Amino acid sequence: MCLSVPGRVTEVFDDDGLRMGKVAFGGVGKSVCLEHVPEAGVGDYVLVHVGFALARIDEDEARRIFEFLATIDPLEEELAP
Amino acid sequence: MKFLDEYRDGEAARKLLAEIERECAGATAPWVIMEVCGGQTHSIVKYGLDERLARHVELVHGPGCPVCVTPLEMIDRAHAIASRPDVTFCTFGDMARVPGSRGDLLAVRAAGGDVRIVYSPLDALAIAEKDPSRKVVFFAIGFETTAPANAMAVWTAKRRGLRNFSALVSHVLVPPAIAAIVGSPSNRAQAFLGPGHVCTVVGTREYVDLVERHRVPIVVTGFEPVDLLAGVLAAVRQLSAGRAEMENQYARVVRPDGAETARRLLGDVFEVCDRKWRGIGTIPMSGYRLREAFRGFDAERIYEVAAIETEESRECIAGQILLGAKKPHDCPAFGTRCTPTSPLGATMVSSEGACAAYFASGRRGRASLPLASAPRGA
Repeated sequence: MCLSVPGRVTEVFDDDGLRMGKVAFGGVGKSVCLEHVPEAGVGDYVLVHVGFALARIDEDEARRIFEFLATIDPLEEELAP
Repeated sequence: MKFLDEYRDGEAARKLLAEIERECAGATAPWVIMEVCGGQTHSIVKYGLDERLARHVELVHGPGCPVCVTPLEMIDRAHAIASRPDVTFCTFGDMARVPGSRGDLLAVRAAGGDVRIVYSPLDALAIAEKDPSRKVVFFAIGFETTAPANAMAVWTAKRRGLRNFSALVSHVLVPPAIAAIVGSPSNRAQAFLGPGHVCTVVGTREYVDLVERHRVPIVVTGFEPVDLLAGVLAAVRQLSAGRAEMENQYARVVRPDGAETARRLLGDVFEVCDRKWRGIGTIPMSGYRLREAFRGFDAERIYEVAAIETEESRECIAGQILLGAKKPHDCPAFGTRCTPTSPLGATMVSSEGACAAYFASGRRGRASLPLASAPRGA
C-alpha cells in the first residue's frame, strides 16, 4: 500500500494552482503532483506514491551503503566461519 | 543511479548477510526483529530474506498494511455507499478486492454499481469535475504515506468549490500501533525496522520519542533487499551493543522533519482520532478524520453510514499475527479455510498481509530449515 517508485522529473507545470510535473519511470511517463517537493526540478529523481512525489532522492545518501560495502575486505569475508 | 536495481544487487546482499552473521556470532539465540510495514513484509518473503537470516535473526511481521487493518465495518460502509445509484465510488485497486461481510466492492460493480479503481485521489477529483451530475466518493485509506495525497484531494475540492466530491476516511497511524505492540504482554520484538515511506512524509521525530519511551531500537528502513538487510544489520549492531537508538537507514528519502508541506497539509485537513484496526480492535488516537472545516466532504456523514458495525470471524488469528505474536503457519485455517480468494481476516486480504505473502510464496507448510550461510555465486 505504501509502495512508492523512484522516477525522473522531465517537466514541471501548473494545473489550476497545483504544482504538477511529468515523471519518467523507465519508459513510462506519468503526471505527478509536485506540491510536496518544492525543491525538486527537471532532472531530479523523486519518490512517487499514488500520483504524488513525496521526496527528492538524495544521491549522496543513496551511495552511502555501497561505499560502506566497498570497505568490507573480500578476503576477510572469504575466511569468515 | 536509478535508485532501484542497485538495491536488488545479489553481491551487495550477500556481503550484508555475511556482516550480519559476523555481528551475531556471539549471540546465544536469534534476535527477534519486527518489520513494521507490509511492503517490507512483501519484499522479505518474496526474496526469502527471513529464511536466509533465520539462524541469527527471526523476522516477525508487523501490522503495517492499511488495506488489511481497515475494519470490516468500514468496508461494509463503503459497500452501502457504493451501492447507491447516484454515487460513483472510487477506490485504490487493492481495497476493491477486500471482502466485507457482504462481499467486496467488485461485487457491487458486478451488481451494477459504479465502482471505479483509481491510481491517485486526484483521478477521483477529476471524475467529479468532469461529471457534476455524479456524486463521487473516494475511499481514503492508508497510513501517513497516503494521507497527504488524500488530504490534497479534499483540500483542492474545497478550494475549487466542488460540491459533488467527498471522502470516506479510514486513515491509520503507525506510531500508536508500535506503542501498542511494545506495550503488549505478548510482544516478542526486540527491535523494529521502521516504515520508510511513512517516515518520508512525517520524518523521524515520533520514532525518536518511541525509542526514548520504550528503550527499543528502531531503524527506519527502505523496501529493497539491500535496504532491508542494511536495516537488519543496523538493528543487530544496536542489540549486540545493548544500545537503543533511532537510526535512519533510508536517508536518501527520509529527513528528520519529513516532507514539511505535506505535514502542514495533514494538520490543516485532518485531526487525530481513535480508530478501530481490523483484527486488533480500537487503538486510541491511532487514526485521522476530517477536521470540522472539511466535514462537508465527509462521506460518512453525508451518507449516514456511521452506524454500520460488523463482527469479525472468531477463528481468525490475524490480531496475533499483526502484533507479531504468531506466524501464518500457526493458524489451522491457513491455506485451507482461509486463502486470498476467500480470506477469513485481515492478514490474508491484501498481498502485503503476512498470510497472503506466505501463501503467494508457496509457503503452505512450515518454513524449510534455514541455510547455514548464503551459497556463494548462487
